[in-house]
Amino acid sequence: MRAWRQEDAPRRRRSLGRLVWSLGRQLHHGGRVARALFSSQYALMLEYRAETALWALSGILPFIMLGIWSQLAVPPAGLGPGQGADAGGIGLDQVQLSRYFLCAFVARQFSVAWVVYAFEEDALQGRLSPYLLQPLQPLWRYVAAHLAEQVTRLPFVVLIAAVFFLLQPAALWIPTPGRLVATVLAIWLAFTINFLLQSCIAILCFWSERASALERLLFIPYLFLSGLVAPLEVFPPALRAAAHWTPFPYMVAFPAQLLAGEAVPIAASFAAMVGWISLLLPITLLLWRAGVRRYSAMGA
Amino acid sequence: MAIIRAEALSKTYRVADKQPGLAGTLRHFVQRRHRDVAAVKGVSFTIEAGEMVGFLGPNGAGKTTTLKMLSGLIHPSGGMAEVAGHLPQRRQADFLRQITLVMGQKQQLIWDLPPLDSLRVNAAVYGLDDATARRRIAELADMLELGEELTRPVRKLSLGQRMKAELLAALLHQPAVLFLDEPTLGLDINAQARVRAFLADYNRRHGATVLLTSHYLADITALCPRVLLIHEGGLFHDGSLRELSSRLAPCRLVRLELEEPRPAADFVRYGEVEACDGRDVRLLVERERLTEVVARLLATLEVRDLEVSDPPIEELIGRLFRQGAVT
Repeated sequence: MRAWRQEDAPRRRRSLGRLVWSLGRQLHHGGRVARALFSSQYALMLEYRAETALWALSGILPFIMLGIWSQLAVPPAGLGPGQGADAGGIGLDQVQLSRYFLCAFVARQFSVAWVVYAFEEDALQGRLSPYLLQPLQPLWRYVAAHLAEQVTRLPFVVLIAAVFFLLQPAALWIPTPGRLVATVLAIWLAFTINFLLQSCIAILCFWSERASALERLLFIPYLFLSGLVAPLEVFPPALRAAAHWTPFPYMVAFPAQLLAGEAVPIAASFAAMVGWISLLLPITLLLWRAGVRRYSAMGA
Repeated sequence: MAIIRAEALSKTYRVADKQPGLAGTLRHFVQRRHRDVAAVKGVSFTIEAGEMVGFLGPNGAGKTTTLKMLSGLIHPSGGMAEVAGHLPQRRQADFLRQITLVMGQKQQLIWDLPPLDSLRVNAAVYGLDDATARRRIAELADMLELGEELTRPVRKLSLGQRMKAELLAALLHQPAVLFLDEPTLGLDINAQARVRAFLADYNRRHGATVLLTSHYLADITALCPRVLLIHEGGLFHDGSLRELSSRLAPCRLVRLELEEPRPAADFVRYGEVEACDGRDVRLLVERERLTEVVARLLATLEVRDLEVSDPPIEELIGRLFRQGAVT
């Protein structure tokens, strides 16, 4: 037995070496593809920078909601509307409320997905066909486009945040480095969940040519349960508990609370996000495999 | 060795069947009806490595559907296709690296960026290192006579320049099998000629197999010694254009220029009089009688000039398609 092991060792070392070499080669290839895709998509987004700025501006819903919630706040005697220590009786003072909605704005800006619309247009125009005939899963192109768009958005988001702090200097704060890193990770996971959810709907283009209409079904629960229009604290406890069984609170509310420095169950929330991704990823891949079989190259 | 093999390949599409008008719309809303349309019906052929084959047929004959099945874009409803040793519909990476599909009216280049940006992405996707990619781009750009167009946004290119850039993008990975669907559609005569010359050159240099569809018969006659004629989803002819011509028209065209004008009635006994304009006469003569008829014409008439040719193939195929059925 010992003799067999000794004889076998060089072969195993060789095969391990081959595996490492192959893995390294694949990583190198993946890195080159990612760089090329990102740089071409970034160049494209810069061509559309005015449109990107308008998209960033159009995401100011949280600021509108901040205005409404501030006015609804019941002020203690002697204080004007919106000056209450506990805006709306939700356990957040005016400054915390401002910070929450600013953070919700930031979280939404960097987790937004529009793959369903881009994919549907490509499928209907026949642009999907050449993508399908290249040795690269076409969804990676959309991932690159989203990441490039996020980088293009960054200066506009910073500008909007700067204006916000000029108008509300009391809300200015500096998050701890730990929270900042955790927030970046949370927003990235939120984007992944959003992207996978939309991809599942986008893939339905293989069955129905207008799959984007189905996205509207997702948008309403997303709008209310994500914390975009109101902090989840204002919801009745039963609805709040139910919301946490959906992916939506992790797509805006959790990253926003994390960045704003609020007390949140960090580990449990990250675990839930990873859980949702683990569920959505195989569903996306299975749907993709089934959808491609049905594909009849519409318009191609 | 056969690099493309199709055996009883067929494809049936399910399409919605809706009557026009409000009543038809309401009926369709309440109870959707579908019908099956057989786009390709049991087509079989093989193509050897390095061959250039023309795929002919009228609109809706099933040419594009066949190309899509062979390239793996759509799954066949029946039969089997094998390309470069792979089942196309599996779309394995090794298979995709060996083929390309160019559709004249569709584009893969990013519209708002110069072609070079898309070429960089393609080079990375196909795993070409920078030096190889640069060398191939230079070689193909030289063959296609592309220069500064590669750094101009695609939307600013003319149709011909765009098509050449599309070809460059589609061939950067040096595929062994090219499926070309109307690669010269909409191009002017000069641009068509340049694309044809490029394809012939590419085939010569790289030994690539080419399956080409085109509405311009000049593309086929210039490039393809062999043609597949597909008609109503079935394969009608597999052979040379000359054989196709003989099959479609067992006659030859005899043009006469006479010293003196003669009436059409004088030529009826020789064959079908296609035109008789005094001194210029066009006759369709059966191939078996050709030698005898030409000898008699020369013996009995004062002939200034005589020319024997095949009737134009466009005319013959057009006649076949108009007939709607093949006998």
